[in-house]
Amino acid sequence: MSKKIKISISKLYKIFGQDPKAALEHVLAGTGKSELLAKHEHVLGLQDINVDMQEGEITVIMGLSGSGKSTLIRHLNRLIEPTSGKVEVDGRDVLGYNEEELRNLRRETMSMVFQKFALLPHRTVAENAGTTLKVRGVPRATYLAEAAKWLERVGLKGFGNHYPHQLSGGMQQRVGIARALTSNAPIMLMDEAFSALDPLIRTDMQDLLLELQAELHKTIVFITHDLDEALKLADHLVILKDGYVVQQGEPQDILLNPNDPYIEDFVSDINRARVLRVRSIMTPLQDGQVPADAHGEVDFDDTLESMIAKSGGDTSHSYVVTRDGQAVGTLEMTHLVKALVPRAASEAGARKY
Amino acid sequence: MATYDFLFDALGLRAWCDSGKSADGPVSMADLLAKTGKTTETTIWDLPFPSLDSLNDACGAIAQSRDLTKGVGDGFLAIKGVLRFVLDPLTQPLSWILDGTLSAFEAAPWWIMFPVLMVVVFVASKSLRLVGFVTACLALLAFIDHYDHAMQTLAIIFVCAFLCVLLGVPIGIAMSRNDRLQRVTIPILDMLQTLPPFVYLIPLIFLFSVTEPKLYGIAIILYAIVPVVRLTDLGIRLVDKDVIEAADSFGMTDSQKLFGVQIPLALPNIMAGVNQTIMMSLAMVVIASLVSAPGLGVLVLRGIRNLELGVGLVSGLGIVLLAIILDRVTKAALDRVNAAQKQ
Repeated sequence: MSKKIKISISKLYKIFGQDPKAALEHVLAGTGKSELLAKHEHVLGLQDINVDMQEGEITVIMGLSGSGKSTLIRHLNRLIEPTSGKVEVDGRDVLGYNEEELRNLRRETMSMVFQKFALLPHRTVAENAGTTLKVRGVPRATYLAEAAKWLERVGLKGFGNHYPHQLSGGMQQRVGIARALTSNAPIMLMDEAFSALDPLIRTDMQDLLLELQAELHKTIVFITHDLDEALKLADHLVILKDGYVVQQGEPQDILLNPNDPYIEDFVSDINRARVLRVRSIMTPLQDGQVPADAHGEVDFDDTLESMIAKSGGDTSHSYVVTRDGQAVGTLEMTHLVKALVPRAASEAGARKY
Repeated sequence: MATYDFLFDALGLRAWCDSGKSADGPVSMADLLAKTGKTTETTIWDLPFPSLDSLNDACGAIAQSRDLTKGVGDGFLAIKGVLRFVLDPLTQPLSWILDGTLSAFEAAPWWIMFPVLMVVVFVASKSLRLVGFVTACLALLAFIDHYDHAMQTLAIIFVCAFLCVLLGVPIGIAMSRNDRLQRVTIPILDMLQTLPPFVYLIPLIFLFSVTEPKLYGIAIILYAIVPVVRLTDLGIRLVDKDVIEAADSFGMTDSQKLFGVQIPLALPNIMAGVNQTIMMSLAMVVIASLVSAPGLGVLVLRGIRNLELGVGLVSGLGIVLLAIILDRVTKAALDRVNAAQKQ
């Protein structure tokens, strides 16, 4: 890939307790999470995290509660200090920053959106959205104008003089997003940003985020516990469990080739037709020859759901897959049907839930 | 023959005890009774607690409990000179402020004071109904010729409550930012709050001249500062952790965070503290009339001293009216703050 790495996390460990440094020795020597807690009374928060986040992509970090995902995102802007490891932003180690440099990083390079919105209740919506500029000492008129621009962009035109408590949850989170965008930082950290919203609003917000991303190409780190949301948003998906990375990669790839029973359990409940795309299951063209008996052309990025609709459920059909008008592969409907069944719909997992 | 003689005999301290016995020490009632020669048989039921006094009976070298109170008193008198030397100039401005405010409140004619107070009430509460209520109460007090006394009380409360806030809020902020300071301060606040109000006056009387206003000013401030300190500390500690985290994530400096986030969000609690502080200064200003604080308290005191039932009751009810006014106005201001930031 030609893109450059924006954020690079390597060998990151976080241990909570009285003497994390001593506990780290045990962890490096091979002590597990539960053993560490029982024997040394330290909690292993993160364990050997290595993730590279590409510029202009959405990296989704997914895990259940307690998996350390919120802890991990807070290491990027050092709201939490790691026990050991490296966090590099644009090739510079954030952990070596002094207070001044760290403040500038938080002000100008990273902005954050929170699960509970964390708006200031005594400030208007416009003032809230402008907070990120205000802390830099930008004059009031300037930051209010900038805030108004972004509020309009997230669909809150005319709400600038309201107070946060007058808005619904979804609208409050739009303010949260506008606030992060107003800072004009290249990196956006989103900590379960949509988890507190109801499902319909959540879908709206996901669409809004994708729409904004198509335009702005920020580097977004998105935390979620919802696999559907993760698959919808992610360019790069990182799955955390008990503080370590179980699997990371292209979401389609993880879905088709889960490498861990934990992930198989996870993905077995997913509506695969909606998530999987033609590109993941097509057969690439071998010799540039387009088969003559194709029933039509489909786009590279179409979901399987739309394919099923298109074929009317007839499994004998096959299609030519095109990308930007160029034929790149073929798709047999029989392949498609096979892909809809999880490779190993874990029996144990199915019984468990 | 005293109960605990055996103890000192057994320990071999008899000689030491007798060496300390002064022949011309104060004679207690028990000693006098003993001199009559009538010794009664003592049983286990009469066993006294080995207190200073009963040990002193057996061993003259041990101090009596009255020596303790005397020692505390003497100790205070011994450092009085130094304390006075330090505290007198430090607190002198308090006297000036109280004198100035009192004479200003007394000098201003009622037809200026009424509109001024009405404006203050309106600014604080933004409620015309409350302005009307306050005006009616003040008019009632003035109608029964308690206006001057009420204004004196009000002047003292304004000064003392203002100083309480001025000192208390920074102390509360410091406490909220430093756990150790909080641990040290809370017992002091507990003591200030539970010490009977009269007790404040005793050492102050020795330190300062009774004619000086700062005497009662200090007593009122010490007594009334507690709630505003406590609630400022509590309010700042209760500020939503998520909002604080957000403030950190935007790279706010400590002072931006304090003035832009923590104090505004703690304001409902701080205002509740201010309300309590004002009510407690009102309670104390009545007691402080014992040490020449002017105002309605003087009338209450007259009622008690001369058994003038009517004077005491009417001025007491006047204090209730003042309390209601102050409480309603500060509560209305508090509600306004609350309404602006409900989540």
